[in-house]
Amino acid sequence: MKDISEIRSDFPILGRKVYGKQLVYFDNGATAQKPQRVIDSVDEILTFFNGNIHRGVHYLSDMASESYENARQKVAAFINASGKEEIVFTSGTTGSINTIAFSFGERYIKRGDEIIVSHLEHHANIVPWQMLCERKGAILKVIPMNSNGEIITGEYLKLLSPKTKIVAITQVSNALGTIVPVNEIIEAAHSNNTPVLVDGAQGIQHGIVDVQKMDCDFYVFSGHKIYGPTGIGVLYGKKKWLEELPPYQGGGDMVEKVTFEKTTYNHLPFKFEAGTMNYAGAVGLGAALDYITELGREEIAERERQLLSYATECISGIEGVTIYGNSERKISTISFLIDGIHQYDTGMVLDKLGIAVRTGTHCAQPVMDFFGIDGTVRVSMCFYNTRQEIEALVQGIEKVKSMF
Amino acid sequence: MTISEVQDKIIEEFSFFDDWMDKYNLLIEMGKDLPPIDPKYKVKDYLIEGCQSKVWLRPEYNGNVICFTADSDAIITRGIVSLLIKVLSGHTPQEIITAELYFIDRIGLRQNLSPTRSNGLLSMVRQMKLYAMAYDARQKIN
Repeated sequence: MKDISEIRSDFPILGRKVYGKQLVYFDNGATAQKPQRVIDSVDEILTFFNGNIHRGVHYLSDMASESYENARQKVAAFINASGKEEIVFTSGTTGSINTIAFSFGERYIKRGDEIIVSHLEHHANIVPWQMLCERKGAILKVIPMNSNGEIITGEYLKLLSPKTKIVAITQVSNALGTIVPVNEIIEAAHSNNTPVLVDGAQGIQHGIVDVQKMDCDFYVFSGHKIYGPTGIGVLYGKKKWLEELPPYQGGGDMVEKVTFEKTTYNHLPFKFEAGTMNYAGAVGLGAALDYITELGREEIAERERQLLSYATECISGIEGVTIYGNSERKISTISFLIDGIHQYDTGMVLDKLGIAVRTGTHCAQPVMDFFGIDGTVRVSMCFYNTRQEIEALVQGIEKVKSMF
Repeated sequence: MTISEVQDKIIEEFSFFDDWMDKYNLLIEMGKDLPPIDPKYKVKDYLIEGCQSKVWLRPEYNGNVICFTADSDAIITRGIVSLLIKVLSGHTPQEIITAELYFIDRIGLRQNLSPTRSNGLLSMVRQMKLYAMAYDARQKIN
């Protein structure tokens, strides 16, 4: 693997100062920074190859279409999908989940059916299913969590029944960093003939994801959390599912033939890509995947394990700090509170020291309710972070303690 | 003092500090000096929506001027709301409605004014002006 200073120099923003202080970026769970290669790829398509994809006969349209389809191929290879027709581009994880909640719901969900999610979900993997339940009179079932921030798999097994029509589960808790045993969840669901959607928004960037090995039916993630641009996301679906499901949105490009009497839909994956897609974003995502593939996903995971271990040791060593989420299996995210100090005050002071963290409920209010708190300070690290930055954070926390 | 005079005084007070930590320390002190709101008013009716920290704000109108009391569970936010109270409390509804709050920009809190900003400074200002408009309208009807 490249050494850390080389890696950091790939990300121009990491060199900047905020409020006159060296930036320490610990909000990677919200959005990750972009390597120059991603910035250049978006710049290049907009500067030299901009033309609407799939529609034109002209050179630019051809070039843009080719780049877009190359990006799809890269995504398919990255998650080991069995073909690129299983990769649908969307606006992000939220867009992907809404697509499935709608299309799957329209085809398969009836009154009294059950949908399983877990207590650890981001709101984006709760609300679309709740909306579906309201439309269809279905019931949302929730896998409970324990005080370590892990889901209780024994309870999950009890929830599975012939009424269960789909399980939607996060791969990693965004608020706490817990890695969920999705393989086990999927295996049990499949033996109940229930398909599983895995929310990979916080999982894909921290390790190797092989959708065939995982055997999930749907896998979704966002481009911007994996060092790509915003506004682009991925919906992977097993071909048999995507073929069976009705389209989500109607519009251009997703159709084969339109008459006022009847419209027939385009083949996969275009059936799910209505309107002009974010092709510049897709190309940027492709470049991001190239970048981390070259860096090495095993190496990234190892570096992040070391950062987590060091940060956990440092932060838990500070008097009066409580860490929420103490699972043995975590990504490099730490959620904490300082006794008697509001997370917002902590975040405001850290910000002015140049340290970017996230504060609040992290769009996971049920997790906060479980712990009986209003929110936490979340430090989400990734491979370009350093031990020195963790030490700066510790000094920042001490500074906060001295001020309040 | 007029609303402008109070604003000028706050600007002067903050002008001694370049460092953000010193500004925050001043806000923290101001927050601590804010007279406490009666706990019975720390209820949903007085809670300002859209803040990452909780802010309770209660107006009291004596037919002439509005006095505000407030609290927050975050101390910096309490400091910010105490500034707003210093500036707007004790003035007539008309004065509050027409007040231009230039001090926010001048002391470097402008970034807190964006609508998406989680501390809801904008929500607080809007809520105070809404109360003033409501009292003003009621007065005109009467």
